[in-house]
Amino acid sequence: MNALELARWQFGITTVYHFLFVPLTIGLAFVVAGLQTAWVRSGNERWLRLTRFYGELFLINFALGVVTGIVQEFQFGMNWSDYSRFVGDIFGAPLAIEGLLAFFLESTFLGLWIFGWGRLPKRVHLATIWLAAIGTVLSAYFILVANSWMQDPVGYTYSASAGRAQLTDFLAVLTSPVAIVTFLHTIFAAFLTAGAFVAGVALWRLARGAGEDESVFRTAARIGAVTVLVAAVLVVISGDQQGKQMTAQQPMKMAAAEALYNTSQPAGLSLLTIGTPDGSRELFSIRVPDILSFLATGSFNGKVEGINQLQAQYQATYGPGDYRPIIPVAYWSFRLMIGAGALAALAALWMLWTLRRGLRPNPWVVRAGIVLPLLPLAANSLGWILTEMGRQPWIVFGLMQTSSAVSPGTPAWEVLVTVVGFTLLYGVLAVVEVGLLVRRIRAGLPAPAKAGDESERPIAFAY
Amino acid sequence: MALTTVWFGLIAVLWVGYLVLEGFDFGVGILLPVLGRNEPERRVMLRTIGPVWDGNEVWLLVAGGATFAAFPEWYASLFSGFYLALFLILVALIVRGVAIEYRNKRPEGWWRSRWDGAIFIGSLLPAILWGVAFGNIVAGVPLDANHEYTGTLLTLLNPYALLGGLTTLGLFVTHAAMFLALKTDGEIRARANRLAGQVGLVTAVVAVGFLAWTHVQRGDVASLVLSAAAALAFVGALVANRLRREGWAFVGTMATIALAVVALFTALYPDVLPSTTNAAYSLTTTNAASTSYTLSIMTVVAVIFTPIVVLYQAWTYWVFRRRLSVSQSTSDEEPAAPAP
Ligand code: HDD
Ligand code: HEM
Ligand code: HEM
Repeated sequence: MNALELARWQFGITTVYHFLFVPLTIGLAFVVAGLQTAWVRSGNERWLRLTRFYGELFLINFALGVVTGIVQEFQFGMNWSDYSRFVGDIFGAPLAIEGLLAFFLESTFLGLWIFGWGRLPKRVHLATIWLAAIGTVLSAYFILVANSWMQDPVGYTYSASAGRAQLTDFLAVLTSPVAIVTFLHTIFAAFLTAGAFVAGVALWRLARGAGEDESVFRTAARIGAVTVLVAAVLVVISGDQQGKQMTAQQPMKMAAAEALYNTSQPAGLSLLTIGTPDGSRELFSIRVPDILSFLATGSFNGKVEGINQLQAQYQATYGPGDYRPIIPVAYWSFRLMIGAGALAALAALWMLWTLRRGLRPNPWVVRAGIVLPLLPLAANSLGWILTEMGRQPWIVFGLMQTSSAVSPGTPAWEVLVTVVGFTLLYGVLAVVEVGLLVRRIRAGLPAPAKAGDESERPIAFAY
Repeated sequence: MALTTVWFGLIAVLWVGYLVLEGFDFGVGILLPVLGRNEPERRVMLRTIGPVWDGNEVWLLVAGGATFAAFPEWYASLFSGFYLALFLILVALIVRGVAIEYRNKRPEGWWRSRWDGAIFIGSLLPAILWGVAFGNIVAGVPLDANHEYTGTLLTLLNPYALLGGLTTLGLFVTHAAMFLALKTDGEIRARANRLAGQVGLVTAVVAVGFLAWTHVQRGDVASLVLSAAAALAFVGALVANRLRREGWAFVGTMATIALAVVALFTALYPDVLPSTTNAAYSLTTTNAASTSYTLSIMTVVAVIFTPIVVLYQAWTYWVFRRRLSVSQSTSDEEPAAPAP
C-alpha cells in the first residue's frame, strides 16, 4: 500500500472511531441535563439517581470522545498537508472557531459539573451541564460546516496565483444548505443514538430484575424509547432533505447509492441491485417504480442521472479519469443506515408496547437491550461512510481530488507506523471502555441518599 | 500592525495559555509517583487538576486550529514534517487523558497503579517533546522550495532542541511543585515546597543555558530582554518559594513560562518556520498566511470570544480555590462550601 491508501485508511479508522463516541456524547449530554432539570424542579430523588447513573455512563463515553478528537485536530496537517495548504484559508476558520466557542465551553463546564456537586448552588450547577450540552451542539455545527464545504464548496474563489481556494463569503459557508441539513440530520441521529442507549440500558436492568428500582428503570426505558421515536421521525425528514441536496450537488453519489447505472425518468427505488464488478451495468435488480424520482427530486416523474452518463459528463468537464466511487459501498451503506435506524425505531415501539403491559423478564428482552444501542451506532458509521466514500475520488467536490491532497513528503512506512499505532491503541481503549460501561450498568442505580444530605454529597465520579 | 503580525501574536498568546496551564498539569502527572506516596495522597494531587486539565488542553487544540486558519502553510509543513514526534505526543495525550478520567472508576490497586503509570509517561513525554518541538521551530529545520520538510525524526533530536526539551521538563516540574504547594495542605504541601526549590535550581541552570543558546542562534535585543525577564521571574519564584509565599511563587513560574515563550516567538519573528536548507525557503508570517479577509473574520471572533473564555476559566479556578488535603479526600463526604 502506498502512503495515500494508508492515509485514507488512517483517516477512515480514526474518524469513524471518533464518531462512535460523538453521537452518544451529544445526545446523552441533553438527556442528563434533562434528568437533572427534572430533579431540580421536582426535588424527586429518583431523578437525581437517574442523573447520576446515566451521568457516569456519559462521562465514561465522553473521555474517549475527547482524546480521539485530539487526533482529528492534527491529522489534516499530518497526513493531508497539500489539502491543508489548498483549503486552509476556508477550512481552518470553522475548525478554529469550533475550538474557541465549543471545546472550551464543553470542557470547562463539564469540569465544573463533575466537581461542582455540593459546591455550586443547585441552579448554577444545573446550568453547567446545560452549557456543556450546548457546547457539544456548537462543536457539531462548526465541524459539519467544515465538512459540508468539502461536499459542496461555496463562498470561495480559486486563486491561480496563490494556487489555492480563498474565502470570499464566510456567511455563505456558514449557511450553506448542505451544512444546515447535515447538521440537523446528524444531531437528530445523535438523539436517536442516545435514546436507544438509555432505553437499552434500562431494559437490560429490568430484564435482570431491577428489584426495588424497577419503576425508576421503567421510566428511563420509556424516556429512551420516546426519544428514539421522535428522533427517528426527524432523522427521516432531514435525511430526505439531504437526499435531495445530494442529488443536486453530487448526483454521482446518489446514482451510486442507488446503483442506478443509466439515467432514468422516472427512476425506481432499488430494493436489491447486483451490478457487474467493474461497476458499469446492472445484472439483476428489483425496483419500486417512481419512488427514487420522488425521493431525489420531489416529483414522481423527476429525472435521476445514472452512473454511466455522469461518468461521461465528468470526463468531459474534468478530463480523463474514473469519477465513480466504490458502488457497492455507497449502495449498501445507504441501505444499511436506513435499515438499522428503522429497526431501532421498531424496537422502541415494541418496547413501549410491552412496557405498557408490564414487561416480563426473558432472555430475548436482555438481548434486545444489548442490541438496541448498537443499531444507531452502526447507522451513524454507515452514514459517514456513504457521505465520505460516496464523494470519492474528490476530497473537495469538483475542486480537488483525494490523490493530490496527501502529504507529499511523508513516507509510507511512517504512515504505516501511525495507522498501526492508533488502531492498536484504539482497540485497547474500546475494550477498556466497554468493560467499564458494563461494570457500571451492572452496579445499578446509586443508593438513595440518607435523609439530610440528599443532594449535597459529591457525586462518586469526582475523584 | 499587519493582520499577519496580529495573528502571529495571537498564536503566541494561545501557546502561552497552553504551556502555562497544561505545564502545571503535566508536572503534576510527572510528580504523581514522586510526591504521592500513597493512594490518598495521589488522589489529592489528581484532584488539584481534575476540574481543569481538559480545559487547559483545549488551548492546544485552539492553537492548532488557529494555526490552520491563519497560517495554513505553517500548519501543513509543521505537522507533516514533525510527523512521528507529533504522533508520540498524540499517543501520550490520549493515554494520559483516558488515565486521568478512568483511574478512579475502579477501586482495585492494580487498576489504579497501572493508570498512574500511564499518567506519568503520558505527562513526561509531551513535557519534553514540546520543548524539543519549539527548539526546532526556532532554530529552523530543513525545508525545500515547496516548504516540505526533508529531514527525519533524528534531525529533530539535535542537542539544542533536546536542551529545549529538558528546559520545558524542568520548568513544568517546578511549576507543578509550586502549584501543588499552593493547592494542598499537610505533608504534600511541605514536600512540594522542598522539591520546588531543589528542581528549581537545576532548572535555572538548564533554562539559562537554553535561552543563551537561543540568543546565539537567532536572537535580537527584544528576545534577549524577554529572556532576561523570564530568568528574573524564575529567581523571584524560587525566592518566594523559599519564603513560603506560595501564591507569589506560582505567579513567578507562570510569568517565567509566559516570558520564555514570548521570547522564543520574538526570536522567531518574522519567520514562522525557518529553513536551514536555504533562507529563501523559510516560511514567514506573510508567505504562510491566509487572506486578509479570513484573518479579519478570525480577528473579530477571537477578540470577542477569547476574553469570555478567559473569564469563565478564571471563574473555574476561583470555584475550586480551596486547598485540598488528605483528610478530606479519604471520605466521600465534603462539607458544602459557601456559594461563590
Ligand atoms: C457531529 C459532530 C462531530 C464531528 C463530525 C466531529 N466531532 Fe469532534 N467532537 C464532537 C463532535 C464532532 C463533540 C461532541 O463535541 C466531542 C465528542 C466528545 C467530546 O468531548 O466532544 C468532540 C471532541 C473533539 C475534540 C476534543 C475536544 C475537547 O478536548 O474537549 C477535538 C479536538 C475534535 N473533536 C475535533 C474534531 C475534528 C477535527 C473532526 C473532523 C474530522 C471532528 N472532531 C469530527
Ligand atoms: C465524524 C464523522 C466522520 C466520519 C465517520 C467520516 C468518515 C470518513 C471515511 C470513512 C473516510 C474515508 C473515505 C475513503 O477513503 O474512501 C473519510 C475521508 C475523509 N473525510 Fe471524513 N468523516 C467524518 C467527518 C469528517 C469531517 C467533519 C471532515 C472535515 C472536517 C472530514 C474530512 C475527511 C477527509 C479530509 C477525508 C480524506 C480522506 C479520504 O478521502 O480518503 N470527515 N471520512
Ligand atoms: C430514512 C432514513 C434516512 C435517510 C433518508 C437518510 C439519508 C441520508 C443521506 C442522503 C445521507 C448522505 C448525505 C450526503 O452524503 O450528502 C445521510 C448521511 C448520514 N446519515 Fe442518514 N438517513 C436516514 C437514517 C439515518 C439514521 C437512522 C442515522 C443514525 C442513527 C443516520 C445517520 C447519518 C449520518 C451520521 C450521516 C453522515 C453525516 C451526514 O452527511 O449527515 N441516518 N443520511
